[in-house]
Amino acid sequence: MIEVQHLTKRYGRVTAVDDISFRVERGEILGFLGPNGAGKTTTMRILTGYMPATEGKAIVAGFDVFDQPIEAKRRTGYLPETPPLYPDMSVVEYLDFVAKIKGVPAAGRRERVRQAMERVRVADMATRLCSKLSKGYRQRVGLAQALIHNPDVLILDEPTAGLDPKQIIETRELIKELAGDHTVVLSTHILPEVSQTCQRVVIINKGRVVAIDTPDNLTARLRGTETMYVQIDANGADAGAALGAIPGVTRVAQADRRDGIVGFEVDSERGQDVRRELARTVVSSGWGLLELRPMRMSLEEIFLSLTTDEMSSAAAASGDAAQAATPEGDAVNA
Amino acid sequence: MRNILAIAHKELKSYFAGPIAYIAIGLWALLYGYFFIAILQFFVRNSMQMGQFGMGGPQSMNVNQQLIRPLLQNVTIMILFVMPMVTMRTYAEEKRSGTIELLLTSPVSDFQIIMGKFFGALALYGVMLLVTMIHIGLLFVYGNPEWKPILTAYLGLLLLGGCFISLGLLISSLTKNQIVAGMVTFAVFLLLWIITWIGSFSGPTVDQLTQYLSIIDHLDDFSKGVLDTKHLIYYVSFITFGLFLTAKSVDSERWRG
Repeated sequence: MIEVQHLTKRYGRVTAVDDISFRVERGEILGFLGPNGAGKTTTMRILTGYMPATEGKAIVAGFDVFDQPIEAKRRTGYLPETPPLYPDMSVVEYLDFVAKIKGVPAAGRRERVRQAMERVRVADMATRLCSKLSKGYRQRVGLAQALIHNPDVLILDEPTAGLDPKQIIETRELIKELAGDHTVVLSTHILPEVSQTCQRVVIINKGRVVAIDTPDNLTARLRGTETMYVQIDANGADAGAALGAIPGVTRVAQADRRDGIVGFEVDSERGQDVRRELARTVVSSGWGLLELRPMRMSLEEIFLSLTTDEMSSAAAASGDAAQAATPEGDAVNA
Repeated sequence: MRNILAIAHKELKSYFAGPIAYIAIGLWALLYGYFFIAILQFFVRNSMQMGQFGMGGPQSMNVNQQLIRPLLQNVTIMILFVMPMVTMRTYAEEKRSGTIELLLTSPVSDFQIIMGKFFGALALYGVMLLVTMIHIGLLFVYGNPEWKPILTAYLGLLLLGGCFISLGLLISSLTKNQIVAGMVTFAVFLLLWIITWIGSFSGPTVDQLTQYLSIIDHLDDFSKGVLDTKHLIYYVSFITFGLFLTAKSVDSERWRG
């Protein structure tokens, strides 16, 4: 649905986006993750035809955004960082105007505006002036605006910025709902958002793609070993030594201790599932197995390791990034 | 065409949704009313005097030449003051509030956006010209002016307004700041208006050149009732060039980011 090849954008001497490539399949939600100034907005602006790329090309819904901008724009809905509302129009007037310039035929326009308002739950504010709306409503009207012509591709720049927690959850649900018939690209710097809404993540930093993968794979792959958390009621016995003796376990560390109940972090070699052995050891020793769960590196940690420290990012992501930065490698991962 | 109309309609509506249209039309009506009274009084006194000196009745003075022509020429002063208020926000405001992102990512061409904005502003200007017709209508009640020179004068005014609008659009597209756009527009309008002043002292070539450049001098024939293609072409090419430069300015903005 979206194909980006070697996209580069320079502002004078500053390179905002540096040789980015990725693709998004139909119906997928792709998250764009990166610190402020990483080039998220610039990439989105290129995809929506707001500005041309310096090099490379972007194909949206089968049309090159530079060669056939009108056709590409017809199939794209875009919510910029600040919702582009006209303060002196009411919500209905505004959406009607947007529908007109997005090419919604006059016959079904009124109905389409009504549907869009219901979808984002702003129908109760229909006659209110846009300038009088609260931040949450503005954001939702902005979303309605992006949806109004039922585009194949939705590009949302920080759709949950400035919303309260309840609205954030609603918006995420809405975006997930939309993913069926629309392909969604959204940017954010809020990490849990990505793991909750997106099927795949592109992490970019300083204009370069650092990694592309599913949130789960990213978490797993960035960790050389797999870690389990085990909580045991061992009646004071030295459970740590027993766990360390299990084949495949590389490290055992005590994580917490309370009233004779001890929690351990158990590292094992990658690809080796030691859960059965762990459980068997604990139970056969006559201890109580209270908890056994895999521990994952949180997205925050991954994100930080990829974007803050050049050295560790190069080391940790070299395999992933080199592979993922090309569309072919990406396809393999997906 | 549909897109141009949609944008023009939106522009016109936004003038009337805010205070701009009301202030512009109000000031316009006030100034025009003042000019009308001043020139009318002057005209009445002159025709009385001519009657006293036995040069025929009051009717022997030409209403078109002595009243309507100077009156409509004074309208150009009003355009000078009012038009920057109308055009200064067209692009600057969209850029400041970010709504330009909506327009530029919608399936409409730059040309359609510019034409929409141009016709939106022209429509507001048309409303202002309608206001001036009330007074001219009064003259038809009490006298009998010829309507044909009035028609050409209005055509000239419409074209002149179009020139100012296209120039105003260009200047507004160059900045994010409405005030800057307004001030620069005013200065440029004023310069185009007084450009002939240096001409009269600087020899025939410069004189001719400045007269040709002066956006106001071309109106003279229109207000006399003369339709000269020379002036028509001047105005139309001025408007086209202004809009063309606006298109280039919007496009270059896009490349620079």
